[in-house]
Amino acid sequence: MVIGLSHYLTVAALLFTLGVFGIFLNRKNVIVILMSVELILLAVNINMVAFSTHMNDIVGQVFALLILTVAAAEAAIGLAILVVFYRNRGSIAVEDVNMMRG
Amino acid sequence: MTVTAAFFYLFATITVASGFMVIASRNPVQSVLFLILAFVNAAGLFLMMGAEFLAMILVIVYVGAVAVLFLFVTMMLDVDFAELRQGFLQYLPFGALIGVVFFLEITLVIGAYIIDPALVRSPSVPIPSPDIMTNTEALGQVLYTRYFYFFQAAGLILLVAMIGAIVLTLRDRVGVRRQNISVQNARTAQDVQVRKVPFRQGL
Repeated sequence: MVIGLSHYLTVAALLFTLGVFGIFLNRKNVIVILMSVELILLAVNINMVAFSTHMNDIVGQVFALLILTVAAAEAAIGLAILVVFYRNRGSIAVEDVNMMRG
Repeated sequence: MTVTAAFFYLFATITVASGFMVIASRNPVQSVLFLILAFVNAAGLFLMMGAEFLAMILVIVYVGAVAVLFLFVTMMLDVDFAELRQGFLQYLPFGALIGVVFFLEITLVIGAYIIDPALVRSPSVPIPSPDIMTNTEALGQVLYTRYFYFFQAAGLILLVAMIGAIVLTLRDRVGVRRQNISVQNARTAQDVQVRKVPFRQGL
């Protein structure tokens, strides 16, 4: 049985779905939401690399590298905001994020 | 070929299973650990696809930096996670519905795609054979020439993220004795007293 493009795309689709599902399921816990976003970005990366291999084109890997960079930056900023929010409110529940309502 | 398939299914199963545990786990620390497991196995998938550099970057940057950052923050925040999980099942039907519909849509797309053969035959930058050039070298030859501006933009994004994270979390605490170097240097010999402290009595 040959492992082809479709196999990798299926894995990526499953991971992406799990990420979206996680955002809906853990609506209160910001940390798990951030981790779900990481899962989604990982799925996108798997797609990028799978197509790069399939099309014999290395540009897909370059863009996967850029996605990796953006994901790392996003995690750093997201967690920093989370820490500041926890200092101010003593909670990380998403429902408590209403301070800017005025 | 069988070995390849076996390894693919091993990596894929563990990746998806630990991805599921990330969102289903009761304890966020366990979620982070399952995220690390998912990343490591995704790195295995990358290796199988021939993207060695990205696989190593995934292990070093994601497992070594991002996941550990998650672990730090999760352990540092003193949050009652049990309370956060209340109403967990409330959104389960809705989330499951969206998840299933989404997955079906993606599978329909995957099952029906046709790639133009001309595109496969004419890649913009073909991957060189591993005998001629390693994956890292090939990636570098493209990244530092054709995609140099993208590379610089990535660096800029990281710089902004670093400055942003520092600015956000830096705070001036009151009531903390900090070292004041100029005051320390301005001391004269008279300011310093050397005392003989009696044993077990203190000053």
